[in-house]
Amino acid sequence: MKRLMVLIGSIVIMFSCQQADKPAQAVEDMEPDENAERIQTDSISGLVIDENFELIRGQCTACHSAMLITQNNASRDGWEQMIRWMQKDQGLWDLGENEPKILDYLSKHYGLKKKGRRAPLTDVEWYELKDEL
Amino acid sequence: MNVSENIKTWNRRRFVQAAALTGLSSLVPSAVLSGKHLGDLMTANQQIPGKHPDLIILNDRPWNAETPAHLLDQEVTSMDRLFVRNNGLVPEKTDPELWTLEIDGESAIKPQTFTLNQLKSEFQHHSLQLVLECGGNGRSEFDPPAKGNQWTTGAVGAPKWTGIRLKDVLERVGIKDDAVYIGYYGKDRHLSGDPNKVPISRGVPMSKALEDETLIAWAANGEDLPLMHGFPLRLVIGGWPASTSGKWLNRITIRNQIHDGAKMTGQSYRVPCEPVAPGSTVPDEQMCIIESMPVKSIITYPKTGAMVKPGKSIRFSGHAWAGDHSVKSVAYSIDYGVNWSPLAVDPPVNRLSWQHWRGEVKFEKPGYYEFWVRATDDLGSDQPMVLPGWNPRGYLNNACHRVAIKVQS
Repeated sequence: MKRLMVLIGSIVIMFSCQQADKPAQAVEDMEPDENAERIQTDSISGLVIDENFELIRGQCTACHSAMLITQNNASRDGWEQMIRWMQKDQGLWDLGENEPKILDYLSKHYGLKKKGRRAPLTDVEWYELKDEL
Repeated sequence: MNVSENIKTWNRRRFVQAAALTGLSSLVPSAVLSGKHLGDLMTANQQIPGKHPDLIILNDRPWNAETPAHLLDQEVTSMDRLFVRNNGLVPEKTDPELWTLEIDGESAIKPQTFTLNQLKSEFQHHSLQLVLECGGNGRSEFDPPAKGNQWTTGAVGAPKWTGIRLKDVLERVGIKDDAVYIGYYGKDRHLSGDPNKVPISRGVPMSKALEDETLIAWAANGEDLPLMHGFPLRLVIGGWPASTSGKWLNRITIRNQIHDGAKMTGQSYRVPCEPVAPGSTVPDEQMCIIESMPVKSIITYPKTGAMVKPGKSIRFSGHAWAGDHSVKSVAYSIDYGVNWSPLAVDPPVNRLSWQHWRGEVKFEKPGYYEFWVRATDDLGSDQPMVLPGWNPRGYLNNACHRVAIKVQS
């Protein structure tokens, strides 16, 4: 009976997203970011590799790009609101006991960053401008 | 094996593995297992077909990509450089010979379906350079942040579009006196794959729909629209959030109420009707639909990070635009807004196009500088130097663009 429920649940997930997924086991695909010593990111999804990273990749990228996570920042409450919105409007399933693990991961690695009303210009790549008048 | 092959293989393997492990392979439609949809799961290392390789990809499912400012230096934006903002998945069938546009709705007198060939042969053609800017351009700067694609400065462009006036087609069908709004529908597919869900269906009030510059377009810069930009048919509604310019257009409905399609309601493409403090929760009924975009400008030359010699003049150029309005003047500052000097600015080639500005600046002393540009529209409204009013979804950031300059001998 339990196996049947799992099967039905899986079918629902697959048909609601057309792209089913499972917690990734493809360890050979995880290459550390060469530029980062401490923080390693998954070469496929760009997600930070840390506890429960496979869970996040499996649950979230079943329906949308991991880039929607990696380019965003929010408080734990903010991420929870996004999950509620996806559950309400986008067909996300009940995350059950995984939800606190997912929220822990998201608020740790993609938490709020203070930007103020205008941040300094960063990541400027300096080059010599040739065509002076 | 190159990167893209690697990724495709990985996605396919991941998927097939999942299907196999859950014992579902016999239950999954063969189209899914054959990898037909896997193209929508490409990753950041991918390029979007037909697009400039230096576009910054923000999202690969659906495709969203913005243009670095220096790539927007052309007076007329080439289609390989125009930003991509998709809400759903690109349609699979886009045969122009079979394409039709249905005009219907409560306020249509005689609903009618036109073939694409009919639209091209029965109505007068018009070519106009029109600015398309995503309502969320600049979202990345808001604090607290707004969810969604974190656009910086590059969700804007101004190609030259060719098509027919929406007005001419609506008038052929006949507009009832109670008409309020038009809403569009396109053939893009909802991310969930559910054919009954609509990824986006927005619109504009009749007054905007009936403007001379509101086009149903099949070409840009003299060529058929690229698939990524709505081939074979789209709306182009300059000066308003680009989400009103529906792609893969196959239906326009004339409504006797404000259109209530996907992303017209709730918080989408809306800002608080009254200004709110940053981080506020704003109920849906206090959110108002964005109409004309605000005055804005961009520095397209030189690219940020230029190192120059003291005492030499440097040329600067870019564009400015102002939603439904025109740009009256453009000024620059190299001392963080203490002093402003005027720049030369061209008139628009047609209404709702952007306007080019240019100037020369001499940096006398070594140091770190920022070149700031501020446009003023014909109503006298300026661009702000800090972020404009915070709003929950992060729209309408028209704070002045800045590039970094280092002067050293």
